[in-house]
Amino acid sequence: MTVNRTDEPSDDEPGSGDAGSRFDGSALFDRDTDGTDREYRADGGQSAGGGQMFSDSEFTDVTMGQRLSEVFYQSIYEPFVVAWEDWRTKVGLSIISLYLLLGAVAWVSTSEFLILDRITIIEPARGDGPIRLAPFQDWSYPLGTDMIGRDLLAAMIHATPRMLQMILAGAVFATVVATVVGTLAGYKGGITERALMTIADVLMTIPGLPLVIVLIVLIDPSSPYLIGIIIVVNAWAGLARTIHSQVLTIREHSYVEASRTMGIGTPTIIRKDLLPNLMPYILINFTSMARRVIYDSVALYFLGVISVNTIENWGVMMNIGYENNALIIPEVSHLLFVPMVFVVGLSFGLILFSQGTDRLFNPRVRARGSGSTKSKDDEEITTGGGAL
Amino acid sequence: MNWWVKRTGQALFTIWAVVTITFVLIRGLPGDPGDRIREQAQRHNPDMSQAALERLIEARIPASYDDPVHVAYWEYLTSVMRGDLGYSTFRRAEVAPEIASVLPWTVLIMSLSTALMFAIGLGLGALMAYKEGSRFDTAMTGASIFFNSIPYYVAAVLLIAFLGYRLSVFPARGTHSDATDPGLSAHFIFDALYHATLPTLSFVITGFGIIALTMRGNSIQTLGEEYIRVAKLRGIPDRRIALRYVGRNAILPMWTTLLISIGFMFGGAIILEEIFQYRGMGWLMFRSIEHNDIYLMMGTFLIVTIAVVIALWIADATYGWLDPRIKSGDDSESY
Repeated sequence: MTVNRTDEPSDDEPGSGDAGSRFDGSALFDRDTDGTDREYRADGGQSAGGGQMFSDSEFTDVTMGQRLSEVFYQSIYEPFVVAWEDWRTKVGLSIISLYLLLGAVAWVSTSEFLILDRITIIEPARGDGPIRLAPFQDWSYPLGTDMIGRDLLAAMIHATPRMLQMILAGAVFATVVATVVGTLAGYKGGITERALMTIADVLMTIPGLPLVIVLIVLIDPSSPYLIGIIIVVNAWAGLARTIHSQVLTIREHSYVEASRTMGIGTPTIIRKDLLPNLMPYILINFTSMARRVIYDSVALYFLGVISVNTIENWGVMMNIGYENNALIIPEVSHLLFVPMVFVVGLSFGLILFSQGTDRLFNPRVRARGSGSTKSKDDEEITTGGGAL
Repeated sequence: MNWWVKRTGQALFTIWAVVTITFVLIRGLPGDPGDRIREQAQRHNPDMSQAALERLIEARIPASYDDPVHVAYWEYLTSVMRGDLGYSTFRRAEVAPEIASVLPWTVLIMSLSTALMFAIGLGLGALMAYKEGSRFDTAMTGASIFFNSIPYYVAAVLLIAFLGYRLSVFPARGTHSDATDPGLSAHFIFDALYHATLPTLSFVITGFGIIALTMRGNSIQTLGEEYIRVAKLRGIPDRRIALRYVGRNAILPMWTTLLISIGFMFGGAIILEEIFQYRGMGWLMFRSIEHNDIYLMMGTFLIVTIAVVIALWIADATYGWLDPRIKSGDDSESY
């Protein structure tokens, strides 16, 4: 009973399964000669013998590997299969993978690590080409060149790893902090909840961008990881709030109450009972945080708040284009538009991905999409409808 | 506890927290501020003269730096309460009146864009839900996602390039033309709105999509509720069902979106104003960064935050009137 909790939380389990186990329980209950533990049985415990339900090993002991594979199956594989049915997920994931590939190409090309040192797929941009070449004119410079003859395609590709580092740092930081704060506040309640949620509320009210600008001007960071974290310095608060309210509903479920009654500690309950339910939601918010980092970092580079001397960011390249009057002179407008296409492309991929996974949280949308998927909610509705 | 008292207390607490953050940032992060500024300046601008560097350091380190922390903090707190935000070295004037003179412009484009964005988004979302699965729905879903994935400043740049310069139908910069005198004349109002068109459009075009999609999802969910079926069985006219039953319940969860977007728009306005050279808070903030004018910079940050806190307080206060079901107390049990 202790460990089997992990596979109980899903709402997707057909009602028949529940009924079956309950039936098993009552069958065992009948055979039970020792009457001491009866009241614990009623909620579908599957222990085999009487009187020793907490020390029972044969049925309830699950190895670490099994548990891991179960968690993987329920919180990653199953949602993935459901989400993959949607065209938006497919397109979105392909776009994201394309950018990861670009990042890998650039990383391999510049890496000095063992054998990778000798492999250069695409040279970093140097100013040795024709000046201000428009895109699609000369195929050795497919996207054209800038005012000092740097190949734009190479520059775009070599800016990707830094962008990805920044996005990763920001998104990981925001989701981890939000999850920890949200679940802890939601589950613990009382003074912890009030303190953590007050902090979150205060941070949420402060408009993000002005705070980020002020921090960046004063700290003047140059590491992409630090920049990523500064950009989400208060963005996690909103996510913590929503996770908190989800935890408030989950913690009322009977299996959580059962764990608590058995004296299992808070960290374990959060990890095993609450997090598996929240996982898909957290993953989706990871993408929206990533999008936020892209938007804000490119904006800050574009307007020159974060200063760098090389063209190592799409925003910096937009800045160069903007400073060179790309808005007014059509001949250099590609300096502005090429980086824009890259920014919009990645952001489009992330939005498509999160829209496609929408059906994971909305059982009704999901049921409409594919008639065969059943969830507990839907069953209740159909029976209700039948009665009408 | 009374909900009103609690909410107002929270707003005041936020303002206090922001003032404290501002103080900590002005007072400086750990380490000697002079060294940090020197190192920063050398990294960005290696050939700066020694005299210019000294002036820069003097401008950025407040005079009260030698006071003990608590004295300086108290002084700062009381002067902010009096509305004294310090002296701007770049504008050669007190910070507070400088900010007050540009704030209305930011509020103008902010409120214009929020109103338009929600009007278009809610209407379109409801229509999409009503025609769910149709070609219109698919096309508009795609369009909403696409427009939503364009950053607002990219839209701004494109609008300036095409509508501003190439076609010259809208002014690409400024809050009003020099020829018109500010005042309550119809001519001036028209001129101001004309200049606000492009900044507003950049927000609306890139922001309506997510609102439409959320509204669509909410409406579809509400359409599946049993009370809608009951209402239909009772023979209530479709129009009334659409407005009173579906619309109202689908819009309620959007209130949070509105709250979040207020803060977001204020932040975005700062970027947009710089692109459009629109003389609002953002424009002023960027000038202060350019001129190393730390009091002006922190002043704009403080005022923007207080404006957002007040806006959120108003929005929150009206929610109870929209949805009488909100609970007042905290009824969760502590473990």
